[in-house]
Amino acid sequence: MDELLKLLRQNALESPENLARLLNQPVEEIRARIARYEADGIIRGYQAIVNEDRLDLNRVRAVIEIKVTPEREGGFDKVANRISRFPEVESMFLMSGGYDLLVFVRGQTLQDVAGFVSERLATIHGVVSTATHFMLKTYKDQGVLMFTEPTHERIQVSP
Amino acid sequence: MSGSRSARKSFVTPHMRNIPRSGIRDFFEIVSTRKDVISLSIGEPDFVTPWHIREASMDALDHGATAYTANHGLLELRQAIAGYIAAGFGATYDPRTEILITVGVSEALDLAIRAVAGPGDDVLYHEPCYVSYAPVIRFAGANPVPMTTGVDSQFRLTAGMIESAITPNTRVLLLNFPSNPTGAVLPRSELEAIARLVVKHDLLVISDEIYIELTYDGPMNSIASCPGMRDRTILLNGFSKTWAMTGFRVGFACAPPEVLEAMMKIHQYTMLCAPILSQKAALEALRNGDPDKAHMRSVYAQRRNFIHGRLNEIGLPCLLPEGAFYVFPFVGGFGLTAREFSLRLLDEENVACVPGTAFGACGEGFMRCSYATDLDNIKEAMRRLERFVGRLRPAAT
Ligand SMILES: Cc1ncc(COP(=O)(O)O)c(C=O)c1O
Repeated sequence: MDELLKLLRQNALESPENLARLLNQPVEEIRARIARYEADGIIRGYQAIVNEDRLDLNRVRAVIEIKVTPEREGGFDKVANRISRFPEVESMFLMSGGYDLLVFVRGQTLQDVAGFVSERLATIHGVVSTATHFMLKTYKDQGVLMFTEPTHERIQVSP
Repeated sequence: MSGSRSARKSFVTPHMRNIPRSGIRDFFEIVSTRKDVISLSIGEPDFVTPWHIREASMDALDHGATAYTANHGLLELRQAIAGYIAAGFGATYDPRTEILITVGVSEALDLAIRAVAGPGDDVLYHEPCYVSYAPVIRFAGANPVPMTTGVDSQFRLTAGMIESAITPNTRVLLLNFPSNPTGAVLPRSELEAIARLVVKHDLLVISDEIYIELTYDGPMNSIASCPGMRDRTILLNGFSKTWAMTGFRVGFACAPPEVLEAMMKIHQYTMLCAPILSQKAALEALRNGDPDKAHMRSVYAQRRNFIHGRLNEIGLPCLLPEGAFYVFPFVGGFGLTAREFSLRLLDEENVACVPGTAFGACGEGFMRCSYATDLDNIKEAMRRLERFVGRLRPAAT
């Protein structure tokens, strides 16, 4: 991946001026490249990575494995498209292996999610079966550790 | 009343008493009295050793690896080093007779000097330089002969400078490129010119290549790969910087058998062997650590660009360092010595940078800033430095 994208993935708040210094490029060029990434849909948004376990949200997250019958035209895409529209769905992937779609959902309560699966997902034409796993604790999210690693102080002056 | 300590002569030999304290230690003692300092004075990576390397050490401990190893070090590790040096730096060594695992490059340096230089011998080295060189040469009873480099040569050493420093007593040339504290790197052509001179005058080179993997803009060149040099070079390298393993204390020396055997004699009687857990970690670094070193190198390279850009914007001119993780800006434009500048910067803005004079008298007017620290620290340090320089400037006209 291009160094500019890597830097933005680490810290999307980094200023174009600093990005320019880090990459030793003119700031106008950095601005233009970011604009191009946005226009091309390569950068699709900027978000904070929040450790929700630390907030009293009382929300539950679950991963659902779904088996689907592919349709003659469009294969999995048609069903997948429908499922991905639900606001409960956070991320979703077509998978190889024992099931077809992997869906990350969130809801207010366990019942919420259970209801979503049985009433809205399972009833979709083409969905053959579902298996729901509730998440208990987040250790790492989007490459970021959710626990603070104990840091070891280095000595302040060394040769 | 006989034997009062002050009346009696010192227990310490005159030889040791005459070795000055390190300027780094002086500065450390001042800095350590303060709180919340942003330190650009740290000569070691800010990364924690990559997890899989730490794990190799833990696994070894699990399996009861708590014993001595062979004096030379684990054969497996020496074999891995032979492969690493051959593939990366173009010199081949026999892992059985030409490679020694040491307690860091620090020990290797001491062994190397003691093996090849003694009373009456001149050892040439270039300043500004790593603080250990002159003292270690003196410990061996040999005579340290500094060669001065400056901005005019981009802190590079040239064959011409060496030529004019050579005397009939010159035995050894000690090189450190990429250099601590300047970040200077020698181009291949200069290394080859130096090699020709070394062969002509029948010298031996000790090459401290601890920062060689942190070469940013071009190929990594070891003098051991220059024509005629393999058999007159002691190549020193280690794991401290490349894989952020300073606390493991593990490094190595590669040298022709006769020289290595002499180093080995000192090592076996004084150190016995490097710690086994560290040797296991080092082996893992060589086997599976390429992505880690590449990642750290690219992070350092970006910070280097950043700090170089900011220092020049602030009005502290500095060269773009080609290696290591230090920049060496000129701070002499304000009527202050390097030490005064550093102390006032510490006092007024709580930023610690080592005055250039800690690395030799010719470091006067310069200051070493390490970018082996988090980018946020560097940004804040630069903001404070800018404010500080802004206050000095009106007075400097
Ligand atoms: C130029 C140079 N040589 C050697 C060393 C010592 O390294 P080690 O940790 O391998 O003993 C250092 C450490 O700062 C250094 O900068």
